Amino acid sequence: MITTQKRPFFLNLLVIRLPVAGVMSIGHRISGVAMVATLPYFVYLLALSVAGPAGFEAAAQLVSGWLFKAFLFLFLWALMHHFLAGIRYLMLDIDIGIEKPVYRQTAWAVLVAAPVLALILLGALS
Amino acid sequence: MSRQASGFRAWVYQRITAVLLLLFFVYLLSTLSFAPPADFVAWVEWLSQPLVRIGLLIFVGALLLHSWVGVRDAIIDYVHPLGLRITALTLLALWLIGTGLWVLTILG
Repeated sequence: MITTQKRPFFLNLLVIRLPVAGVMSIGHRISGVAMVATLPYFVYLLALSVAGPAGFEAAAQLVSGWLFKAFLFLFLWALMHHFLAGIRYLMLDIDIGIEKPVYRQTAWAVLVAAPVLALILLGALS
Repeated sequence: MSRQASGFRAWVYQRITAVLLLLFFVYLLSTLSFAPPADFVAWVEWLSQPLVRIGLLIFVGALLLHSWVGVRDAIIDYVHPLGLRITALTLLALWLIGTGLWVLTILG
């Protein structure tokens, strides 16, 4: 007699055991969408900063506040993740780093290096 | 746009704009890190240099195209009901066009 064994089927990201390259890949998407969401805010800062000396001062005041610094860290993290993951994808396009241990190592490198670079940049921009 | 930016062409656009954005961000972040504008006059002077202005406009164009292709792909992957998908894509288009027009009124 044939019995069908019930096997789990789920695509719930909280349950699935996602490989590290998958985590990095989702990070690439989340960071991209998040940065697109913040675009008008940067245009607002640009508009304010060129509106006149008072506007420039107001913008300078805004970007020196701790709330903006916290936002900027998250933004730079997203940007650095998107950069590094993007460079990794461009390398994969030309067949660099597609072998098994290497593509996992580079995925780890992206995940770890992005927040570190973001912190360094935050310090440089402050 | 969806015909022009579909499939292989979108894939190519995404990579060309990626390289442009990478180069421009390196320039922008290093300028703002090592030589931040001291005051309003210096800032406006920097922004009104023809090369900086043309570079900024190309950068914004590349950024908006890159954003459209990328977020469009994410919407198509995750938003399945047709009405919702069209709404999301429309909102995205308005978001990006609005941002682009705003930049043009400042730098144009």
